[in-house]
Amino acid sequence: MSAEPVQVETDVLVIGSGAAGMYAAIEAAREGCRVFLIDRSLIGRGGATVMAQMTVAVALGAEAPDHWSHHYRDTLTAGRGLCNEPLSRLLCEEGPACIREMDSWGVGWARKDGKITSTFAPGHDRPRCVYVDFLNTGPAVSKTLRSAVHKVPGISRAGDLCVVDLLKVDGEVAGAVAWHVGTGAPVVISAKATIVATGGLTRLYRRNSASANMGGDGYALCLRAGAPLIDMEFVQFFPIGHLAPRLIGMDPIMWDPFRYKLGGRLLNKDMAEFTDRYGVPEDGKYVITRDVGTYAILKEVEAGRGSPHGGAYLSFQHVPQTKLREAFGPVIDRLAANGIDLTKMPVEVAPIAHYHMGGVTADVAMRTEIPGLLVAGEAVGGANGANRLSGNAITEALVFGREAGRTAAARAKAMKSTPARPDAARATVDLIRSDPPKDMPNTAAMLTRLQATMSDDVGPLRSQYKLKRALDTIDELGRALGDRPFGDAGSFDMQRLDWFDLRNMLTAARAVTQAASLRTESRGAHQREDFPEMLPQWRVNQAIRLRGQGLDIAQMPASAMEAAAQ
Amino acid sequence: MSETATLKIWRGQPKAQGRWETHAVPFERGQSVLDGLRWIRVNKDPSLAIRFSCINANACKECMMELDGKTVYACTARLEPREMQVAPLPNKKLVRDLVTEIAPPAERFAVKEK
Ligand SMILES: Cc1cc2nc3c(=O)[nH]c(=O)nc-3n(C[C@H](O)[C@H](O)[C@H](O)COP(=O)(O)OP(=O)(O)OC[C@H]3O[C@@H](n4cnc5c(N)ncnc54)[C@H](O)[C@@H]3O)c2cc1C
Ligand code: FES
Repeated sequence: MSAEPVQVETDVLVIGSGAAGMYAAIEAAREGCRVFLIDRSLIGRGGATVMAQMTVAVALGAEAPDHWSHHYRDTLTAGRGLCNEPLSRLLCEEGPACIREMDSWGVGWARKDGKITSTFAPGHDRPRCVYVDFLNTGPAVSKTLRSAVHKVPGISRAGDLCVVDLLKVDGEVAGAVAWHVGTGAPVVISAKATIVATGGLTRLYRRNSASANMGGDGYALCLRAGAPLIDMEFVQFFPIGHLAPRLIGMDPIMWDPFRYKLGGRLLNKDMAEFTDRYGVPEDGKYVITRDVGTYAILKEVEAGRGSPHGGAYLSFQHVPQTKLREAFGPVIDRLAANGIDLTKMPVEVAPIAHYHMGGVTADVAMRTEIPGLLVAGEAVGGANGANRLSGNAITEALVFGREAGRTAAARAKAMKSTPARPDAARATVDLIRSDPPKDMPNTAAMLTRLQATMSDDVGPLRSQYKLKRALDTIDELGRALGDRPFGDAGSFDMQRLDWFDLRNMLTAARAVTQAASLRTESRGAHQREDFPEMLPQWRVNQAIRLRGQGLDIAQMPASAMEAAAQ
Repeated sequence: MSETATLKIWRGQPKAQGRWETHAVPFERGQSVLDGLRWIRVNKDPSLAIRFSCINANACKECMMELDGKTVYACTARLEPREMQVAPLPNKKLVRDLVTEIAPPAERFAVKEK
């Protein structure tokens, strides 16, 4: 094995190169810092940002009057009383500045008569969502930020660097220890400030819209470094994820833009509309929020009225071919290549894991409890409470990223040198280059098993019995994983990658499941079949800390959070 | 579902010492070659190295490899019930199995970095 780890030193380390990480890097570099931007995948390609297909919520008021306070009100309403209000406010208030800056960098927001145009999305009181082109918003956002990253002096970047642990020196975070996937070498990065912008955890679920890098690494990294998480029970399911027939080359959430533009009809197996049964009649318009939509479809399936593959039908058969083409020209061809003709057949859709409302606790400067450790983007918990509005996630990534970059730069500039203690990295370096144990179960199969458990037992509809069963499986998988990484520690060792992934995913899964098990009520994305009512006494946030091998969960009134974050 | 796709896959690190390995994969209509490779990892051999992120969205553009001599994205190339030959990109530096170095030079981590 390689003898000594590679050492890197920088002012600001940014972990994750989605919208949050790239904006953070740009902002810190503009403030005069040396920035090291790293990603476990390739830069700007591995996370949710490049996959986002639709819209970005922001009160620009370019076409018609709007104000951030209206956006804020809608965000709090959707959050069902649990939002960390200062964070929500920051998102709404600073959104317009970031969206305009992206515009000045040439992202290409769609315009009408020279003005940036906005579309309507469920849960917003008016058209508030900007877009590049439907299905192209994320790639454009990612590409624009990548070019901006190239242009700002002071940012070096590297892919294939998977962070295994944050580096702690005297109670502060002083960088991170990464594993270079390409060679298997351990890399120690010392930094004056470290920003975790690693995105969400929806890869924990079998059916998801996630990439392979969204297993909740950041949550586990921060927990192990001593920072608390919040609202981990709130995983957002996207109600109309593509289910059947098999469709390749398109993300499963692709029907959302179709619904924005064309309405579409959500039907049960009898080809009858059903969402009115759950309180929201559709009348051909797309108004149903994600939590209600998910609930309605799953309940309909449970009642035996689901589509053949266990979801609902989504039909555009009433929309003329010319109108379909006008709205989605090339996409219609891609569908045809998959044997799907929307004028002749409905598709089947069902809820899939899509976004995580929970995350690392942060204040409005993106500081965690641990000095030197900042967070940004989906990794942050609290801005969206118990349910997120469509379009808020990209805005969150941009705004929180910029804020984190600014705070990190201020800290780095106030410090003379990078805190260094050679032995601080030792345990993680040893872990990275340790020899494998003799007995190595199939890691890819273990991952599949965890995803099945999370979907079946910790999905949108929960109960004590299922949550307990999930915790048992998580324990069992933890024992099988042991404490020494599998694989041969060579180049691109996927078994070792899976092992490090499972180490984090099991921690994230446990946090979601334990928090869900304690919350004996139903609210937003967390629905308990054994406790179906939303209860006023549960207007609390649950904060999770690591204690020994286990998790410690504390409950605090939602308002206490507000005060703490001011 | 008795049909199978036979994936003949190039395995190895230095190019000279590579070998071909053949796996039978249950075939389902509409699947991608990436689906087949991922099936092998879960059911046969988790050490098979493949580079991919987005799985289905064709957004990350990381899953480039050579299928029957042509460059494809494994996540959009369709699995077929016949023998298909899968190899790493020939014009890129080999990392392992089907993984090659495709990052722009400025975004590669050089182990000499200080
Ligand atoms: C398919 C899809 C469509 C979406 N559509 C929309 C939409 O239309 N509008 C909207 O507002 N939101 C949308 N969302 C949500 C939104 O895209 C995300 O919440 C947002 O992009 C998150 O940005 P981020 O920068 O926080 O994280 P990401 O973009 O996910 O980036 C995180 C990065 O961190 C890296 N990383 C993770 N762990 C490690 C580690 N251990 N070491 C190093 N690097 C690591 C990952 O490889 C990744 O590149 C969508 C999400 C998905 C999945
Ligand atoms: S896996 Fe992302 S493009 Fe193929």
